[in-house]
Amino acid sequence: MKFGIVVSEGPYTHQASDSAYHFVKAALEAGHKVPRVFFYHDGVNVATSLSVPPQDERNIQQQWSAIAKDHGVDLVVCIAAAQRRGMLDENEAKRQGKDAHNIAEGFRISGLGQLIEMGIETDRLMTFGD
Amino acid sequence: MEDDVKKFLYVNRKAPYGTIYALESLEVVLIGAAFDQDVSLAFLDDGVFQLTKSQDTKEIGVKNFSPTFRALGDYEVTKLYVEKESLDERGLTLDDLQEITWEDEDDDYEEKPSIRIVTRAEMADVMADQDVILSF
Repeated sequence: MKFGIVVSEGPYTHQASDSAYHFVKAALEAGHKVPRVFFYHDGVNVATSLSVPPQDERNIQQQWSAIAKDHGVDLVVCIAAAQRRGMLDENEAKRQGKDAHNIAEGFRISGLGQLIEMGIETDRLMTFGD
Repeated sequence: MEDDVKKFLYVNRKAPYGTIYALESLEVVLIGAAFDQDVSLAFLDDGVFQLTKSQDTKEIGVKNFSPTFRALGDYEVTKLYVEKESLDERGLTLDDLQEITWEDEDDDYEEKPSIRIVTRAEMADVMADQDVILSF
């Protein structure tokens, strides 16, 4: 089965991004495919490279970056939602005249069309949110 | 399923202001309209407030995006299902909602209402009939 995943709540405040991570991991281990995860609403904050949780806590961004690296999962951060919330990649930072960027490795910024495309191309679309 | 056309349902459950879900849902609907899919919107719980008339957001300093719903017909988004029980529970009727129409090009461009009031049971059938449901 091919799953598309939406994460629509931010890290640490809400369990959604953790649940999505555990689901994706379990699905991949069971031999399913997860071509893409789409981060929307406050879910875009999962992609920040500047999060520094205490050492004895999970690092949600790093967990996702590892999934992207190990399994080739495409982690897409909605550009419109990201820009509202101060999440910029290097190109966008330059374009908007900002002096910093904070999209972690394995994530990429793109448009909402990627969410619709994921809905079209996967067998099941699952939303992890409120 | 023919030619990659799927049935997309956007479920709107939250009030238009107070959280960003309603606005960002509408942004997905507008972008999604370019993909030539079969699109429906559902409004239930506090989501029915999104369609109310005469919204005025001046005092809270956020953008009033409710006029955009009236433009959905131009994007060929013509099915807005509104749950009757959710309206009743909030003391609302169809008269409290904006008039939202679309032009039926197969029927001499007649203006037809986009809002369809359905019962909770009918809404369940609408949902069961979909391929992709995005909930906001």
